[in-house]
Amino acid sequence: MKINRRRFLLGTTVVGGGLLIGYATTRPSKHAVANDTLASNGQSFLTTWLRIDPDNTVTVLVPHSEMGQGVLTSLPMMAADELDADWDLVRVEQAPATDLFANGVLIKGFAQSMGVSVPGFLDGAINKVSEIMNIQITGGSSSVRFTGENGMRVAGAAAREMLVKTAAARWEVPESELTTRLSHVHHEASGRSATYGELASDAARFEPSPTPRLKEPHEFTLMGKPIPRIDIPAKVDGTAAFGMDARLPGMLYAAVKTSPVFGNKLVSVNSDVALQRRGVVRVVELDDAVAVVADNYWRAKQALAALDIQFERTANDQVTTQSIYAQFDTALQGELSEDVEEGDTPTALAGAATTIDATYRVPYLAHAAMEPMNCTVHFHDGKADVWTGTQDNLGIRGRVASISGLDENDVTMHMFYLGGGFGRRLPNTTNTIDQATRIAQQFDVPVQTIWSREEDMQQDYYRPAVTSAFRAGFDANNNLIAWENHYIGKNEPVEAAHPPYSIPNKSIAYADSPTHVPFGAWRSVAHSQHTFFLESFVDELAHKAGKNPYQFRLDMLKDKPRHAAVLKAAAERAGWERNLPEGHAMGIALQESFGSIVAQVAEVSINSDGSVRVHRVTCALDCGRSVNPDTVASQAESGIIYGLTAALFGEITIANGRVQQTNFNDYEMLRLSDSPEIDVVTIESGAALGGLGEPATPPVAAAVANAVYILTGQRVRELPLKNYRFTAAPVERVA
Amino acid sequence: MARFRVNGVAQELDIEPEMPLLWALRDELGLTGTKFGCGVAACGACTVQVNGNPVRSCVTPVSAVEGTDITTIEGLAVNAAATLTPVQQAWIDHQVPQCGYCQSGMIMAVSALLTANPNPSDDEIDGAITNICRCGTYPRVRKAIRSLTTTA
Repeated sequence: MKINRRRFLLGTTVVGGGLLIGYATTRPSKHAVANDTLASNGQSFLTTWLRIDPDNTVTVLVPHSEMGQGVLTSLPMMAADELDADWDLVRVEQAPATDLFANGVLIKGFAQSMGVSVPGFLDGAINKVSEIMNIQITGGSSSVRFTGENGMRVAGAAAREMLVKTAAARWEVPESELTTRLSHVHHEASGRSATYGELASDAARFEPSPTPRLKEPHEFTLMGKPIPRIDIPAKVDGTAAFGMDARLPGMLYAAVKTSPVFGNKLVSVNSDVALQRRGVVRVVELDDAVAVVADNYWRAKQALAALDIQFERTANDQVTTQSIYAQFDTALQGELSEDVEEGDTPTALAGAATTIDATYRVPYLAHAAMEPMNCTVHFHDGKADVWTGTQDNLGIRGRVASISGLDENDVTMHMFYLGGGFGRRLPNTTNTIDQATRIAQQFDVPVQTIWSREEDMQQDYYRPAVTSAFRAGFDANNNLIAWENHYIGKNEPVEAAHPPYSIPNKSIAYADSPTHVPFGAWRSVAHSQHTFFLESFVDELAHKAGKNPYQFRLDMLKDKPRHAAVLKAAAERAGWERNLPEGHAMGIALQESFGSIVAQVAEVSINSDGSVRVHRVTCALDCGRSVNPDTVASQAESGIIYGLTAALFGEITIANGRVQQTNFNDYEMLRLSDSPEIDVVTIESGAALGGLGEPATPPVAAAVANAVYILTGQRVRELPLKNYRFTAAPVERVA
Repeated sequence: MARFRVNGVAQELDIEPEMPLLWALRDELGLTGTKFGCGVAACGACTVQVNGNPVRSCVTPVSAVEGTDITTIEGLAVNAAATLTPVQQAWIDHQVPQCGYCQSGMIMAVSALLTANPNPSDDEIDGAITNICRCGTYPRVRKAIRSLTTTA
């Protein structure tokens, strides 16, 4: 299929002013509001997410941000498929950051994924909640499985029904005699047909049904096909615009230095030194930071570096990684909160024939998205305009409004591609936005605040460091009968520390142990730590029991057929432990997260310098059904590289209360030369759709570490692997 | 005065000789296709070609490129018969980019490599393409490069 550059228009340039929201059944219906306030030149909104023009083009408005996951392609595919639209006539726009496009379907999806049933008649209320809470988030691997499955498909199918009804009335024939294909309604008997564009303005007078008939998978024409991504052409010729690419008349640039010890306040700065330099306009003092504003970012950054900035000293100046780990160890000895309590674990452990203890730990991690954090704000005429790439457009609009005291409707968001998200550009991680807003408040021209890579790395909301202590017990026949796990800090998703295996007695508890280090969601959130812990410890147990690690897991998945199928598929595809070159070994790991089940097999060897080489990762995944198989594969590849980078290199350490790493020279990244072959196999189980942005990240660290054990006899209980120099000492294999 | 050609157009800029080429391109000439990633030549997002050679523009002062021909991602296809070069087309065919932020630099580096060495070995590719891609598009980068070379 030819890729049409016109297919995608970013943001608010086409849909100006006015209001609109996701598919809804509120009165007056939102598509009616959209038609009253946004439609022009004969355009008709059939739902708020679908607009049809007289020239028969269909425009899908997507309430999610594109950060490389392909959402601007997969969501329109879902709507267009149910609509029977001609894909060549489909255009895509990012939905504006206004109340009308708050995403109620997302709230409903998360509620249902947590087991809360939401009847259809509450949709209106939920949409209201989404407006009040400013919900327009891209995160939680949710776009396709919630917005797409429950929103876009319904919108497309409802719009199709409205078009069919219109044609039936116009031609005075029963709806049952009409068919739809490639953006036309046909009446085969009389040979009549009409384009959607010809029918749309009359069709828009109907109410969209909240429960239209949805297609069965065998009827899909677009879903399930590897449709090329619409955002890619602009990403190969330099025209794709990211937040930092906003260029506005008269704009200035701000470079910022924030207190390296989180939360410490600014005491003094010798601003004059900067003001004497070429291009510098002003030095802005913030509560805990200094910004230099100039006519060119480099000039601002050079002037900032010339300043002598004094921050206050506090007790946090003494905090180190070691002191944090000691604090965690103390917390684990104190009072714990219950997570899971099944059976009678203390009694089972007391009566166990053998027990095994192990304590695991992982460090803080930075997101290190390729596009350093940045935000451009322009205050003018009692209003504000904001140019930034974010996973949370409505939330940022609210944040800027609340800092500046403006009404939310006086803040206009200009949307961009994100140069990486991974959780860094989610809600409640707005330190860059806050600074950019406060700096721009002092000017009447646009100010682009850009963080240096060093600021980006040292002022992140980090993936939390976690310590996790295990004890397990076997009976005399080497059956695993007891599982005890005490860990630091319960975060989302709440089930991250729960093993999928059938173990009769489980006791899982946690201790909260707050530090001054800011934390946030990092691709796969709590799964990123706990899958490494669980799948490494399970591997230890397999070896202790004298069983093959693959078979050991499989034996405990008898009541989890989907998990077992995924594990088997990974092992078979990888050729589990067969025909391995001398000095190579395989490790396996399994995890369910965000509704998808993923198993990975890593083939690993030890380099002559004692470092780890990962040759191949085989990944089996069950996300229910692949909407776009090529983006399924690319998200799996991406998740694996992201997780492997953390496993091999990722480590943020704290000394003197601040982050020690500064840039990619001391916070290393996996590069092409270290990149393994990746082989992805999907299982189309037909189960409810699972997410894809995150689920491939968690298993890879354990898969690699489990292979390292085979090669060296050394159990890796702390990451990253770069801190080890391994010596080959293969352990005995069990077939 | 800094004088050089960018994508075939002569430029004369009244800027400090030590200003990195990256910021001359982005903030003085408004050519935003070249990206800022690290500022210390560690990631390659800012890669441009100077007289055909790949250069990390974030640490290259404009004084070092006086009188040269500079090509940025915006100008890569200027001399090609089509609107896209074979490298850019391969990037579409193999659906390489994800977030896309690193890809300008990646494509500039790969284009320079394949011009200088149309059939690189894997080791030569690994040695030349050290750009960081946080989305992990490396397997597709390698496939796309291999689709343009004769050795498998």
